[in-house]
Amino acid sequence: MKRHLLSMNDLDRQGILAILDTAETMHDVQRREVKKLPTLRGRTVVNLFFEDSTRTRSSFEIAGKWLSADVINISAKGSSTSKGESLRDTVRTVAAMGVDGLVIRHGASGAAHQVAQWVDAVVINAGDGLHEHPTQALLDAYSMRQRLGDLQGLHVAIVGDLTHSRVLRSNLICLKTLGAHVTVVAPPTLMPSGIETWARSDGFDTSYDLDAVLPGVDAVMMLRVQRERMSGGYFPTAREYTVGYGLTRERLRTLQKHTVICHPGPMNRGLEIAADAADAAQSLVLDQVSAGVAVRMSVLYHLFAGEGSVA
Amino acid sequence: MSLLIKGADLVGAGRQDVLIRNGVITEIGKIQDARAGSEQVDQTIDADGLIALPGLVDLHTHLREPGREDAETIASGSAAAAIGGFTAILAMANTSPVTDTAEAAERVLDLGRLAALVDVQPVGAVTKGLAGEELAELGLMARSRARVRVFSDDGRCVHDARVMRRALEYVKAFGGVVSQHAQDPQLADHNACCHEGELSGRLGLPGWPGIAEEVIVARDVMLARHTGSRVHIAHVSTAGSVEVIRWAKAQGIQVTSEVTPHHLMLTTDLLAGYDPTFKVNPPLRPSEDVEALRAALADGTIDAVATDHAPHARHDKEHAFVDAAPGMLGLETALSVVSDVMVGSGLLDWAGVAQVMSMRPARIAGLSGHGRPIAVGEPANLTLVDPSATVTVDRDLSMSLSRNNPWHGRQLTGAVHATLLRGLPTVLKGALA
Repeated sequence: MKRHLLSMNDLDRQGILAILDTAETMHDVQRREVKKLPTLRGRTVVNLFFEDSTRTRSSFEIAGKWLSADVINISAKGSSTSKGESLRDTVRTVAAMGVDGLVIRHGASGAAHQVAQWVDAVVINAGDGLHEHPTQALLDAYSMRQRLGDLQGLHVAIVGDLTHSRVLRSNLICLKTLGAHVTVVAPPTLMPSGIETWARSDGFDTSYDLDAVLPGVDAVMMLRVQRERMSGGYFPTAREYTVGYGLTRERLRTLQKHTVICHPGPMNRGLEIAADAADAAQSLVLDQVSAGVAVRMSVLYHLFAGEGSVA
Repeated sequence: MSLLIKGADLVGAGRQDVLIRNGVITEIGKIQDARAGSEQVDQTIDADGLIALPGLVDLHTHLREPGREDAETIASGSAAAAIGGFTAILAMANTSPVTDTAEAAERVLDLGRLAALVDVQPVGAVTKGLAGEELAELGLMARSRARVRVFSDDGRCVHDARVMRRALEYVKAFGGVVSQHAQDPQLADHNACCHEGELSGRLGLPGWPGIAEEVIVARDVMLARHTGSRVHIAHVSTAGSVEVIRWAKAQGIQVTSEVTPHHLMLTTDLLAGYDPTFKVNPPLRPSEDVEALRAALADGTIDAVATDHAPHARHDKEHAFVDAAPGMLGLETALSVVSDVMVGSGLLDWAGVAQVMSMRPARIAGLSGHGRPIAVGEPANLTLVDPSATVTVDRDLSMSLSRNNPWHGRQLTGAVHATLLRGLPTVLKGALA
């Protein structure tokens, strides 16, 4: 395994499977009454968040604590550039305190890559702009695997605001590495630049027609659509978006029985996903949150403790 | 003061000696050392194997003074320019304060004279404070000692069509030209930092589509036609812009344009590692655009090479990519890049280099003492180039105060050996004289 986890490209199939397997063990720990493992005792992990986040930050915090690491949360939102401090100075200041791991969330794409070049600590990308969010892709894969088994040969639809989604980018890499076939679905205005050539070279499909795609998939991943996008002219109204690309009650009926529904949250119920779909038996939404802690424990374990016995 | 250049290849005129007295070329031909000696030549430069070009002229530099003297001063930028073979450079107006008054322009001129390494010619802002709303005092800048003729809001686009129209009309009174930073702010806003395409999609960087440049180029050539005025397109970066300019020139529209050395050589894929050294505005483009730009420079559609030398303090580049300052150094490496890319490939000969790096930019800027043929009676602004020298760029050897050098570590063929400003060597053997 590489030293940092910056992109899903840092993991090969074997690496992903190792993390998912360990995550299962961690998931068992999570269900115990006493959840602490001594694995990272004496290690210090800083959650350095330049952008608001509740679930990812708390998920990393719990994961670190259950592995006995000392976890410190630093909310750096607006603290650096507004004071004129460079990102390099900010992260080197934090790292100079003797930090073993930096879990970094930043609103700018590539921030985690840059940080990894500036500090000695192990860097985990907890979301960089529109670029990647590798632990989200890992927990998505984990949740899908729990329900569907091996993802090799399965068909996954990823639907919604693809342009502005780091979840999409990490999932495309992760699912491809695991052998799943992906179709991305969105109106043309919410497709990332160059998606046609990208899809061709990476072997996934694109579609503007959700109804044509849904009946054939084993999993459908609905991405959050921010209402602010309307002012950017990406689509005219929420109503029109839902009719075209929402997982509505009607569309829910067109899914196969075994098809699972994922959403990285937070959900806009009624916009991209109907309440009936979010709460359906096929929905993995809460499984994903629960898996988030186990997967992040596993990632921390693999990056810091390496191989050997887990629990 | 007299100086003898021995055996330089005067492009098109073979190997000759050039005698310079009091800043003017007084004799060309086979000049005997003895005779020169009897006439008390103060200095002799052995130019065996070197090519003599008219002193290079850069239409587009950012010297950061006043305002950001930690990144570059007029003196440090002048030194970098001299090392790069330039004898005249145009200093863009986006300093702090902005060069939007006669007084500000004269100050730049005077600081340039004080440094005395190149002629520093101020560019005036088109609009007050570069705000894009009201015309700056174009006429007063033109009438000032600085005799400003090139006006630009560079760094920003004059995006309001009405303002652009008025500016084009107004500068006709004194033979001015508006140099446009073509970037429609609606199609490429201040966050746009990566050529829009598959790579920007993959990297999640805000896209800067070629069309944001092309629609402004198309609009402005039509405004130039309508007003009968001159427009200059700064840092052309796309094949589409080239097509529009080619068409406009065929119509007889008075449009000129420039391309930067980096857009002639570096491509979008360098952004894959999120290194802000490669962040520049307009952004690096794919190889198809690079090929089109080279061809356009070779066939004259693009008139000139201009560096867009844009020094930045290190800490202004050490932000996340989207937040980092855009721009890269260019003065010291421009000739080597053009030599490598254009001469090395056979697209241009050295006479062509003289055209695109000296004669045409001097004409566009209205600099009467620069870009002249190497002939008796002409001012001795000269650049001696070693066409076969191989240089490995080392950013730490730069005269610039900044280190945002995208060429660091690259090997380029062709190097400036000496630069003469009105007969006085500013650079000898590649170092400040």
